[in-house]
Amino acid sequence: MVFVNALFYIFAAILIGAAVGVITSRNPVHAALFLVFAFFNSAILWLLMEAEFLAIVLVLVYVGAVMVLFLFVVMMLDINLAQIREGFTRYAPLGVLVALLVIFEIGSVVWVKSLGPDAAMTPPALPADYSNTESLGALLYTEYVYPFQLAAVILLVAIVAAIVLTMRRRSGLKLQNVSRQVSVRAQDRVRIVKMSPEERS
Amino acid sequence: MIPLPNVLLLAGILFSLSVAGIFLNRKNVILLLMCIELMLLSVNFNFVAFARHLGDLHGQVFVFFILTVAAAEAAIGLAILVVLFRERRSINVEQLDTMKG
Repeated sequence: MVFVNALFYIFAAILIGAAVGVITSRNPVHAALFLVFAFFNSAILWLLMEAEFLAIVLVLVYVGAVMVLFLFVVMMLDINLAQIREGFTRYAPLGVLVALLVIFEIGSVVWVKSLGPDAAMTPPALPADYSNTESLGALLYTEYVYPFQLAAVILLVAIVAAIVLTMRRRSGLKLQNVSRQVSVRAQDRVRIVKMSPEERS
Repeated sequence: MIPLPNVLLLAGILFSLSVAGIFLNRKNVILLLMCIELMLLSVNFNFVAFARHLGDLHGQVFVFFILTVAAAEAAIGLAILVVLFRERRSINVEQLDTMKG
């Protein structure tokens, strides 16, 4: 009980530190790596909150796919860092002010709510043979089967959109026309000329 | 187990940090996208915490769908970014004023 709470505070502190690193780091590559770190800590926290399947999905999908995509794009683009960093300190006070305001508002709402009777009550831990993945799958494939298929369609649309956006026809590029190559006939290419042999002189 | 208000406060801090990040890095589109990812993560924290607190698994299903949509959004956003960089040789937000009236 106390041990789990201590783990929560430790990893929450690391998560907040990683988030600060994301928003303040000078180099976009460092920001992406800090974001990977934040996702790992979130996965650990979700494990503590008994959302095991989602924790694994967070590591696999976010750290494994989305952040690798981010790192690819960051390293592929040649970014002028000095130009991008100008104006950082100019808007810093406004950003900090807005952040403090949001923290204050959310904190006050949470604090008022935590005085209520049901907030302190936490449900008991689930039994050891309870499978989060199994029950999530049972819910996902019965009650949420249409949203599940819609999510698949959304991913398909994202694939098609990403490919169509980044595909380009370069000028001056020599390409084969496969259909013309296949449909060529022998009589178009080879001409047999009947001619009398040359006289030997 | 972990009390609900602590998780909600953590999610709030995370969300406000990403809002501040949008203010700080308003020139860099890649960092803006990263801050949006961080925002979605903090919202997912709320969903997971309430699913745990109420003993209701529907919240985790919502997190699943948010993860799906966020992945699609990141893919399309980065594709747009690559096209933009190819056209303009820059991803500075201040230079993207073609559609200004």
